[in-house]
Amino acid sequence: MKQCPSVSSSSLISALALVLISSLLLSGCGSSESNVESGNRTGTLHWGNGTEPQSLDPHIATGVPEHHIIMALMEGLVHKDSKTLGPTPGVAESWTVSEDGTVYTFKIRDNARWSNGDVHNAHDFVWSWWRALQPALGNLYAYMYFPIVNAREYYKGEVTDFAEVGVKALDDLTLQITLDNPTPYFLQLLDHYSMYPVHRATVEKFGAADERGTRWTYAGNMVANGPFKLKSWEINRAIVAERNTFYWGNDDVRLNEVVFYPTENATTEERMFRAGQLHYTNDVPIDKVQTYREANDTALKVVPYLGTYYYRINVREPHLQDKRVRRALAMTIDREQLTEHVLKAGQIPAYAMTPPNTRGYYPPISLNFDPEVARQLMAEAGYPNGEGFPSTEILYNTNEGHRKVAVAIQQMWREHLNIEVKLLNQEWKVYLDSESSGDYQISRAGWIGDYVDPNNFLDMFICDGGNNRTGWCNQEYDRLVLDVAPRAKTHEERMAIFTQAEQMLMDDLPVLPIYTYTTKHLVHPSVKNIANNIMDQQSYREIYLEGAED
Amino acid sequence: MFRFALGRLLQAIPVLLVVITMTFMLVHSAPGGPFSADKAVPAEVLEALEAQYNLDQPLWQQYISYLGDVVQGDMGPSFKYPGRSVNELIYSGLGTTAELGFYAMLVAIFIGVIAGVTASMRPNTMQDYVPMTAAMIGICMPSFLLGPLLVLVFGIHLEWLPVSGWNQIPGDKILPAITLGTGYAAYIARLSRGGMLEVLSQDYIRTARAKGLSEFLIIGKHALRGGLIPVVAFLGPAFAGLLGGSFVVETIYQIPGLGRFYVQAAFNRDYTMILGTTVFFATLIILFNLLSDMLAVWLNPKLRQQVRGEG
Repeated sequence: MKQCPSVSSSSLISALALVLISSLLLSGCGSSESNVESGNRTGTLHWGNGTEPQSLDPHIATGVPEHHIIMALMEGLVHKDSKTLGPTPGVAESWTVSEDGTVYTFKIRDNARWSNGDVHNAHDFVWSWWRALQPALGNLYAYMYFPIVNAREYYKGEVTDFAEVGVKALDDLTLQITLDNPTPYFLQLLDHYSMYPVHRATVEKFGAADERGTRWTYAGNMVANGPFKLKSWEINRAIVAERNTFYWGNDDVRLNEVVFYPTENATTEERMFRAGQLHYTNDVPIDKVQTYREANDTALKVVPYLGTYYYRINVREPHLQDKRVRRALAMTIDREQLTEHVLKAGQIPAYAMTPPNTRGYYPPISLNFDPEVARQLMAEAGYPNGEGFPSTEILYNTNEGHRKVAVAIQQMWREHLNIEVKLLNQEWKVYLDSESSGDYQISRAGWIGDYVDPNNFLDMFICDGGNNRTGWCNQEYDRLVLDVAPRAKTHEERMAIFTQAEQMLMDDLPVLPIYTYTTKHLVHPSVKNIANNIMDQQSYREIYLEGAED
Repeated sequence: MFRFALGRLLQAIPVLLVVITMTFMLVHSAPGGPFSADKAVPAEVLEALEAQYNLDQPLWQQYISYLGDVVQGDMGPSFKYPGRSVNELIYSGLGTTAELGFYAMLVAIFIGVIAGVTASMRPNTMQDYVPMTAAMIGICMPSFLLGPLLVLVFGIHLEWLPVSGWNQIPGDKILPAITLGTGYAAYIARLSRGGMLEVLSQDYIRTARAKGLSEFLIIGKHALRGGLIPVVAFLGPAFAGLLGGSFVVETIYQIPGLGRFYVQAAFNRDYTMILGTTVFFATLIILFNLLSDMLAVWLNPKLRQQVRGEG
């Protein structure tokens, strides 16, 4: 044994122990000011943001977490008021609309600057929108541009000269946009990030204009025009946005920094909030909502959301073709019971596709909970007391919340219609595949509005709409939504047309609306000017922090 | 020893090839593609995207070109995160995961060896039963239970330690390291107890005792080296397992490591990222197995002779 190395195993262990103790325990002996405390002192907002953003390029990004960050870093022609959601000045200080509602003329503010100090003018919009309509870029929100003259045609390659698209810079500070039809929600679209301008020199410095995924959005590279600018981006750790001193409204911005955390796990996020690591959470775990409610904790904010949770019915299935069957299914879902006892987070029972009070629109309600009538309908359809009803399956993507809803509905249908449906869960991408290829009978779905207008909920169900996926097709419905509504002269007339269309949808019921979503957040009391609107849209240029209370 | 290592490395090439081929086949045959989304993707956009990532080519052609890239160390672009390469993403998470794995391993060795050695000194007494029962519980306790429990007690109730993060707040590494290390500590305790028991019954230990050496010296100087051989053999695969299996702990504590990428890539159908991380972990496992084998040979005179004999 003498030739063995001199370091004995026991001293090796002692050394390891020493390393362990020094590296772990000593690192614990720092001062323990929480993020919230230090943030309130320095004006740094710590924001739970859901997931790691895929991209910060406004013409490529698609998700809600991306939306939040881009809202801090960039700005469009107009900006939604966080209380009313009405348009307020953004890069444009004012605008006029022609009498027929098709020509918008924007006056760009002369103090608009990019975050590197470059002058920001109308030409930036023309170039950016040209970029956003390049098919190679893979912009999933290109349809936001389609109300503009020839935008759709240009995107599809039917028009090749961008000069024919209805976007013109009349001079450096005047931008004119021409639409096909008066589009009452057009100003709202301008505050969607897909219509935000990008800094041409920066984009071109890191690749071709229509090249997907270049490095122009990296920290250190990005030049943008919002109240904050990108300071750092550490993957899966945090994204820090700091004050952009070149922003035209910098004097009114009160935060110095916003730190966005990718908080995928709502349970972890809630613990982070309790430990003072976050000012704001992206979500609240369902079982915790009840706890906060019972404690009357004002940190919990539950607000109705512009989104509908519903079931799609594949009307190509022989036994689901009969609309009496679909109506019977719809009439035996006890939505009150479901929202009160299963979901328990303030969700609102939904009896139509469009959420109530969408730009003053209230959908027609012709659906109610009535098991008696439902049983009659089933008997008329040839299934008295549920006898002979073919085997049917509810498909949902794997998720505890969706499972609970499906189980409850399964029980309701068993109880009221005496039919037995099976539940099938699939992993997210498999579920998407099944649903879009029509390989399902009934499937869970949800739709969150991109802008506040019934059109956003109703144009999903046109015959060849990519988001229809039910096989339902009604030419008259298409005509109302696509041709008649856009030509309406007044708001009232337009809403009446939507009411008519929605009534058709709810008569045929290719979808079973279940509830209107709510958003759930935990907000630290020091955070002021948090918006409670139905789009869950926050305005970081308005939020501020008050001295910590504890 | 050199020829032994070289031989093992050469054997690794066909293994990696099989791993790449099987993973490639599996990811491409899984339903749902990298670009499918809740909102319908227009056909022209899908075409543009597929062309950009060469998904419009025949599968065999994609396979050949992927192999060509991997040989040169290029794992391709991530589909989910436009603009990020797989190499870059792996690199960004690796340091954190390796650090987490290292601390967890220290926790595991420290607790495990002490518990195992203590138990082996008085077999079948309370001194044996107590640490071994604890080890059994440690093996059975999943990290998704232990993690939140530790957080509740030390993070929220006592407010001693941060509840999440990595390298952001002082002390935020303690709970993740303990959570990840505990399961392995339990294994190590059982392995070192077994190894020690075997060694303690050997003749040379009896000789040492007969010479009147103190128990501390017998254990520390003579028995440990032989007794820990099973532990050393376990360390290589365990460390690779720690790196690949840190997903749960990374999620509980919001740690920006590789484990999260690995699991998310599969959910996202991020083909290149799935392949990249799988190849990367396969390589790590092969390397760590090799290292621990070499270490075992170095520690065990019997094996050493065997290798020399072969050489």
